[in-house]
Amino acid sequence: MRELSYRHALREGLDEELTRDENVVLMGEEVAQYNGAYKVTEGLWKKWGCKRIVDTPISEAGFIGMGIGASMLGVRPVMELMFWSFHSVAFDQLVNNAANVRYMSGGLIHCPIVVRGPANGGTGVGATHSHTPEGLFAAFPGLKVCSPATPADAKGLIKSAIRDNDPVYFMENTLLYGNTGPVPDPEDGDFVIPLGLADCKREGSDITLVAHGASVLQALEAAEKLAADHNISAEVIDLRSIRPLDEEAILKSVRKTHRLVVVDESKPFSGVAASIAALVQEKAFDDLDAPVLRVNSIDAPAIYSPGIEKEQLPNARRIVEKVLTIA
Amino acid sequence: MAAKKTTKKKSTKSPATKDYASAEINKQLTAEDKIELYRKLVRIRRFEQFSLKEYNGGKMGGFLHLYIGQESVAVGAVSLMGENDHVITAYRDHGHALAVGMGMNECMAELYGKITGCSKGKGGSMHYFAPDKNYWGGHGIVGGQTPLGIGLAYGLKYKGLKGSALTFLGDGAVNQGAFHESLNIAALFELPVVFIIENNGYSMGTSQVRSSAHPEEGLAARADAYNMDWDVCMGENLYEVRAHVWDAMKRAHEQSKPTILEIKTYRYYGHSVADANAKKYRTKEEIEKYQRDHDPLKVWQAVLEAEGVLTSEQAAEIDNAAKEEAKAAVEFAEESAYPEVSDISTDIYWELDNDTEASRQGTLLFD
Repeated sequence: MRELSYRHALREGLDEELTRDENVVLMGEEVAQYNGAYKVTEGLWKKWGCKRIVDTPISEAGFIGMGIGASMLGVRPVMELMFWSFHSVAFDQLVNNAANVRYMSGGLIHCPIVVRGPANGGTGVGATHSHTPEGLFAAFPGLKVCSPATPADAKGLIKSAIRDNDPVYFMENTLLYGNTGPVPDPEDGDFVIPLGLADCKREGSDITLVAHGASVLQALEAAEKLAADHNISAEVIDLRSIRPLDEEAILKSVRKTHRLVVVDESKPFSGVAASIAALVQEKAFDDLDAPVLRVNSIDAPAIYSPGIEKEQLPNARRIVEKVLTIA
Repeated sequence: MAAKKTTKKKSTKSPATKDYASAEINKQLTAEDKIELYRKLVRIRRFEQFSLKEYNGGKMGGFLHLYIGQESVAVGAVSLMGENDHVITAYRDHGHALAVGMGMNECMAELYGKITGCSKGKGGSMHYFAPDKNYWGGHGIVGGQTPLGIGLAYGLKYKGLKGSALTFLGDGAVNQGAFHESLNIAALFELPVVFIIENNGYSMGTSQVRSSAHPEEGLAARADAYNMDWDVCMGENLYEVRAHVWDAMKRAHEQSKPTILEIKTYRYYGHSVADANAKKYRTKEEIEKYQRDHDPLKVWQAVLEAEGVLTSEQAAEIDNAAKEEAKAAVEFAEESAYPEVSDISTDIYWELDNDTEASRQGTLLFD
């Protein structure tokens, strides 16, 4: 199979959806003439022109609210946040308008938008630019959240997100944009991955590692170390989508391995991992041979120091150490 | 943007001396049209008076932001709407709702939180919607609806439709960041939006002079910063409201350009009914002066009687009919059922409500 970078796979997905539906519009800061701050949209403005690929001012509340309003009239805006960290200046639009308008109108309105961009730490940009808000937004009924780890998943999920008739908040990762991996050729058919479908990235029998986004790669690296150094067979479940959540995939794996460590780059309190731990103790308590443990970022604002910032994030060493306490 | 400095203020004649009745858009009105406008004013007034009584009787929860005193603004603006004109407003939204043609029953039932309400009891007073009537709410956060308003305008422009997005806000909303972001984008992208500042003089309990830095000409003059046209008018007379709103709508329709229109008006009640200080931050005399000399219903009735279009007997009949309609709406709301507990969990996701394939994968709503 051909190999594409994560960023290229995303771009291909966007391009295919621009072709499929004339109401799809890409908008955001620097997405058009500058070719995207992280080059995800490179070449799309040249191909599609100013109507479909729209540069906005640095004005997140303004242009995200505008996209929400336009979606109510049938436009399907795909809006780039240069960093998901900038959600805070558009929060009212993201949660009060996008998430609530269907409910408050008694189901008369829907809001088919996608907001996408990178949501990760580890790039030496400090606390303001290193937020991982997938758990935050997944906490709002009315929103959907996904976070792909591989190029193929990025393409398949962005296409589903754009076709979805509800707001989907799509969280990418600047550290993954350059990663390459196999992505099916468009000539072999329309490649779409449904939201809410987890993927078993590595089969194992002794312990389950549940992760999403870049943490999946850390979990896979840890699994290799566990196998090589400790003879522990770890299964890695990639959630891909946080809401909807593939509960069955998690529970099925836990029922097989009887041990679970959740790896999640967000902070320990009130995060995705905390929710999954609650879910598993409630629905698979008798299947567990050990407490559900979590590897999160160390509970502090994201540190700048390039010398140690990677230590704040989940990494293979921290995952292995955590696993060894229960396996 | 052109470097040339332009002052965009349009209106040069003093509103008090201008003959708005002879404005082209008003000359088109038939006697029936004028009476219908009167009926709309009266229906809003009576609907809200009945809702106030029931609110005070403990029949509904939350807030009740009454529009009484401002009716001519929504009625005048909405009366100009065509197929591709849309309207969105903030939480003082009952008047706009009735003006676009929503029924008293569904609106009253929504206040009661009943399943027969326009939002099935899920929105409440601040969140009325009727997309089939181009009415996009009903929004609770001050200024938060203004980016949605430019979005409606964006949608119209994207689809090549000749229309406008009437985006209402209060005078207190002009200091919100989202509003200024909306102004910049509206001007930059040349969006067909009309921002209508309903200036009732008070942002909750804080008067305009204590809340907004502004030039003598008014709040709308902030448009100058965005090279946008702006205009100011008085809101008590429907002819005047219609003439000024139509100027702005034409700019949207014909040039796809935004306008800020500030309409000076007055609310007789508090910010909401729960506003315990409604009569403390302004004098009783001030309120009485507006009720006596500037009431939009009295003004329009006097105009129509002077024109020989309406008799006081007809006016009384219209008023009685509105009272009966409002009374029946109260009965309808009283008799309607509350939503079931199971209704809490619908109308959250379109895909789930429509039982699509996309909704069947994974958990969307958690225990």
